Amino acid sequence: MSEQAAPRRRNRGRYEGDVPREHYLNVAYGLKSWLLTVDHKRIAILYLLSITGFFAIGGLFAAIIRMELMTPTGDLMSSEVYNRVFTLHGVVMVFFFLIPSIPAVFGNFFLPMMIGAKDLAFPRINLASWYIYTIGGIFTLAAIIAGGVDTGWTFYTPYSSTYSNSAVALTAIGVFINGFSSIFTGLNFIVSIHKMRAPGLTWMRLPLFVWAHYAASIIMILGTPVVAIAIFLIAVERLLGVGIFDPALGGDPILYQHLFWFYSHPAVYIMILPSMGVMSEVIACFSRKRIFGYAFIAASSLAIAVVGFLVWGHHMFVSGQSAYVSMVFSVLSMLVAVPSAVKVFNWLATLWRGSISFETPMLYAFGFLGLFTVGGLTGLYLGTLATDVHLHDSYFIVAHFHYIMVGGAVMGYLAAVHFWWPKMTGRMYSEFWGRLSAGLLFIGFNLTFFPQFLLGYMGMPRRYHFYPDEWQVLNVLSTAGASILGIAYLIPIIYLVYSLRYGPIAGPNPWHATGLEWTTASPPPQHNFETTPTVTEEPYDYSKAIENVAITPGAGPESPPSPAAPRS
Amino acid sequence: MSQRHGPVTAAVITGSMPEMDNDHGPLQHHFDDMAQQNESAALGMWLFLLTEVMFFGGVLTAYAVCRYLFHDAFAEGASHLDVQMGTINTIILIFSSLTMALAVRAAQMSKTKLLVGLLIATMVFGGAFLVIKGIEYEHKWVEHHVPGKYFQYDGPMANQVHLFFSFYFTMTGIHALHMILGIGWMIWLTIRSWRGDFSAAYFSPIEMTGLYWHFVDIVWIFLFPLLYLFGAGAGAGH
Ligand SMILES: [Cu+2]
Repeated sequence: MSEQAAPRRRNRGRYEGDVPREHYLNVAYGLKSWLLTVDHKRIAILYLLSITGFFAIGGLFAAIIRMELMTPTGDLMSSEVYNRVFTLHGVVMVFFFLIPSIPAVFGNFFLPMMIGAKDLAFPRINLASWYIYTIGGIFTLAAIIAGGVDTGWTFYTPYSSTYSNSAVALTAIGVFINGFSSIFTGLNFIVSIHKMRAPGLTWMRLPLFVWAHYAASIIMILGTPVVAIAIFLIAVERLLGVGIFDPALGGDPILYQHLFWFYSHPAVYIMILPSMGVMSEVIACFSRKRIFGYAFIAASSLAIAVVGFLVWGHHMFVSGQSAYVSMVFSVLSMLVAVPSAVKVFNWLATLWRGSISFETPMLYAFGFLGLFTVGGLTGLYLGTLATDVHLHDSYFIVAHFHYIMVGGAVMGYLAAVHFWWPKMTGRMYSEFWGRLSAGLLFIGFNLTFFPQFLLGYMGMPRRYHFYPDEWQVLNVLSTAGASILGIAYLIPIIYLVYSLRYGPIAGPNPWHATGLEWTTASPPPQHNFETTPTVTEEPYDYSKAIENVAITPGAGPESPPSPAAPRS
Repeated sequence: MSQRHGPVTAAVITGSMPEMDNDHGPLQHHFDDMAQQNESAALGMWLFLLTEVMFFGGVLTAYAVCRYLFHDAFAEGASHLDVQMGTINTIILIFSSLTMALAVRAAQMSKTKLLVGLLIATMVFGGAFLVIKGIEYEHKWVEHHVPGKYFQYDGPMANQVHLFFSFYFTMTGIHALHMILGIGWMIWLTIRSWRGDFSAAYFSPIEMTGLYWHFVDIVWIFLFPLLYLFGAGAGAGH
């Protein structure tokens, strides 16, 4: 396995070995062993299950929205109910799916493994973060039962203060509580990356997934407390009648928008940076090439985290803020597009003359590249002052941020699911169904959201369920696309669950990938590695052969000492 | 390296503040040595305090904007605060910081009884602060200065004075909540100190709690002049 010519293609042969006798999934059984676990891998699984649940709830609300919009009249529900449906879609998807998605599942699972650690620095805070997430989720679900919330996911005052007659306080408290799970996750990541790296793992040898999470964590710990206080003040305003955002009592509703977007613009990067980290891993692996411009991709993550804090005013161009402030925010918004573009160009350069293969994760990565680029470029229309006045609060912006959030973050999430599923479960899923649903997702997504660009450009405002008859064709197209999208979300659930029992055994490294997480068994043992790994080279060295070797079968804490795991 | 066995206590999920220690022997299984563990705890605590700075920073920014806009009304509102009680509370908190700092020193020198005594002193000072704060709140209630339904104020700037009191109660309320959480945490630490968990070899939880406590004190050092002293020169003696 040592010095042989780099294979242009991997041999896609079936793995001959067996799953390890003991691994993190079977060291203990029972509900208690899961609910009280401090193993980062098990906590990641807890997150995976709850996040999937919230994604389903958010998706259900999306389906109701698209059903209502099939006809120009509001015939399915009243305006009041429609307000609640799109609000809950937004709240659930943003705060309970997109923000935790990749960090809480794949960051939790793989960041410690990628840095060669046994766990995150604070395992119990990690578990606490899941409980906090769950409690926040319960509050929000309780709000649905208590009559829903009708403010839009942004909780803008005075919709959320003076003019709301729904369960705003309950939802706000849920989101407030949930913020702390994000803070704890970010804090854990930063400390772990600083203090827990394996011997030889210098900063410039870190996988880009880790760099991306480092940058996202900075935003989590600096931004989240600001939205926490803003939402806390909303809850206090509703419950106790203080008037910080209420002009009738001397307060200022625009102040809320400033506090909210100070977090919620950077929050976009909490959602997208981890996804970009996944892209770097997947694209390098399936191009069989060292990633192009490693230092630029790493630095651009940090640049996004920093500059991302200085652009919030682009959400408030029509709020009456000073024109000069708007100009500054507009320029800075253009600026923050630069590091994102740096990444995209570096990925393209990685693909260039690579030995590309089209496994499922790679298909999602291609989807990401296309959709994120469209989302990013349409963002320029919205960051430009004059065009934003026309497009503000129209379906154009709905389409724009869905291209970023679904086209970017969700594509990245699904790429991660398919890339690391063999490592997490030890089993391969059906490649055929994987590719099929990736293709369906791409088609369904574009059919859903591209018409919305046109609708927005023609002037259809967001958050209304009545519209002129001539827009029906595009709306029906969008709904049809959403149905395809829904199916493309459901198929993976089926074949992934099926693979748990019937999937072929993956082996430690089915993709022949670099990275410490692939040097241990699949599923990994309880403490990740038999012995603490030592890193001697830069990441993404795909110039040499990497094989799916059997690593210490039966690996586990109790297994007899075995010879060092063969690594190629 | 010790491996962790046995059930994890329910204290795990309280999560009111970062928990950097371990009930099952000082060194946790995933760290190589105590130095790494202590450095991680310290970095974690500083990052947590950074989030706290941003948390208070949000409401302080809002306060700064409104105070700039409604300067006269805020000065008038501030003149209704009891500077005397505020000053006494400031002194009490500074003393509690002193006893907390001495408690860390006592832990470093493995003086268990002194450590317990100083922790209790810190909690007593903290408790005294909260009692005085409660008395102040009660006065405001009697005077109908608590924002909301029962707020009463005569004069052309009533709305803005209401806003001032909204900020006053929100900011001091959040601060008091932080003190309550800190004291609750310290009760647990006192029990552990009494058990003899801490010594020169292992005192990182005491040190981290000290950092937190000093931070909460510093927040007050900002709140006191911003809220109380602002109006002291403008028509005091209402
Ligand atoms: Cu933005």
